[in-house]
Amino acid sequence: MKKVRTPYLLLLPGMGFLLIFFIIPIFNLAQTSTQTALGGGDTGQYKQTFRFANYVDAFVENREQFARSFVYAIIATALALLIAYPLAYAIAFKGGRLKNVMLVLVVAPFFTSFLLRTIAWKQILGEEGFVVPPLRALGIISQSTTLTSSSIAVVAGMTYNFLPFMTLPLYASIDRIDPRTLEASGDLYANGFTTFRKVTLPLSMPGVVAGTLLTFIPAAGDYVNAAILGSPQTKMLGNVIESRYFRIVDYPTAAALSFTLMAAILILVTIYVRRAGTEELV
Amino acid sequence: MRKVSRWFGRNLIRIYAVVAFTYLFIPVAYTFAFSFNDSRKSNLVWQGFTFANWQNPCGAPEVCSALGNSIKIGFLATFFSTILGTMIAFAIGRYNFKGRSTTNLLIFLPMATPEIVLGASLLSLFLVFQINPGFWPTVIAHVLFCVSFVVVTVKARIASLDPRLEQAAMDLYADERETFRRVTLPLVAPGIAAAALLAFSLSFDDFIITNFNSGTMTTFPKFVYTAAARGIPAQANVIGSAMFFLALAIVIIGQVVGRKRKVS
Repeated sequence: MKKVRTPYLLLLPGMGFLLIFFIIPIFNLAQTSTQTALGGGDTGQYKQTFRFANYVDAFVENREQFARSFVYAIIATALALLIAYPLAYAIAFKGGRLKNVMLVLVVAPFFTSFLLRTIAWKQILGEEGFVVPPLRALGIISQSTTLTSSSIAVVAGMTYNFLPFMTLPLYASIDRIDPRTLEASGDLYANGFTTFRKVTLPLSMPGVVAGTLLTFIPAAGDYVNAAILGSPQTKMLGNVIESRYFRIVDYPTAAALSFTLMAAILILVTIYVRRAGTEELV
Repeated sequence: MRKVSRWFGRNLIRIYAVVAFTYLFIPVAYTFAFSFNDSRKSNLVWQGFTFANWQNPCGAPEVCSALGNSIKIGFLATFFSTILGTMIAFAIGRYNFKGRSTTNLLIFLPMATPEIVLGASLLSLFLVFQINPGFWPTVIAHVLFCVSFVVVTVKARIASLDPRLEQAAMDLYADERETFRRVTLPLVAPGIAAAALLAFSLSFDDFIITNFNSGTMTTFPKFVYTAAARGIPAQANVIGSAMFFLALAIVIIGQVVGRKRKVS
């Protein structure tokens, strides 16, 4: 009898916490998303009218930012994967005694606040940084070309900031590969590329899936990189939600946009996980 | 010449690792370098070397109270999320019970929800119950996004345990409680420590959820974000760099202690 009860007792506090502070707020957000403004009175006062057209309005009005969020997040995730895979591979197979040190180094930049690092990039790539003036002097870029305040800068910032989230799961997966499987592949006359395509990559797929999810999800909802490194032309959905909440106090639109974002991410993630063939999510 | 190119080919992946790490550390080095900048007002252009910022890290208004809030919130969020998360991890990792897959889904969902949605939904809950955003709402928000990461980390450690060790303890007449206390828990402890470290760094560096739920209270990331518009004081660079070296020192000491323990 005791055995049956133990897991539920262990779960109770944590699940209770998630119920109150995650599930209920999500339902509450859903409620807010169909409210309309009280006429005439103060801003920020709303009543429930089940106006589902809020979703249509919010989407139509912000479809550009919506598309941008997903395009930026997908490009940043792909770039992070390309940069992180060889790095994770190097740590797992060539790290030797330095393996743990290298792992710490991957996470270490976290401790200098990511905002400080993003602002550092802004200054490094900015007008007075040490990159733009020499490039201009050498004629590599024109006098009017800037590296910040562009979509490229925003995507680059996102790629940089989420790189550790990509590298760690990739490392965990690659590190588990038995090097003898790679030797066996070589013994069977596979060249380096074939070995990678047919042995290393399939065996590291759980890491690829986990890493891309951990990068894509926060990237799609991010607004800090766009706020610091971008311009009004690079606004993402996150920027819109933030300003609807704090500057315009338009809670229903903000809630509808949040919900659309969450639903879109969940749908994409489900399709992706199905395709990748790893049902084991976490 | 051929020797050189062959050496290059063989070490390509190592050279790549060096380049990748350089890329990761450029902004950290920049932040560190500009913590020595003799900046009067804005820390944008190099104006000369000084130790003044390091001697007076609280020199800029609000920067140290923001840091203090971040540290307090970080410790509280780490404490609660580690306890809740470890309990859940043991339930999932050790028992087969009805509703296990639902539990797994409920753990995964907060991680699949963008921070801005978590932050916004929690804020609307607080608004409904007329709770003012501030210190404790921020702690709750941080526990919320840390719990899932703790569960995943500790669960992985539990899954990698050799069940024979616990069986051996039982064979040696240890009862369930003693086995847990003297065998299972010490073996899972490194996983719990890693989870706590992860939770603290996630909490300490969080901006988006904090921005939604902290009201007028400032945390260190919030301070940096607000200050960015008018130029960040060099003191912020001092604190960022100091945190970096402190964290590095803690991890290195942890490694050395862990290795010594293994030897003895």
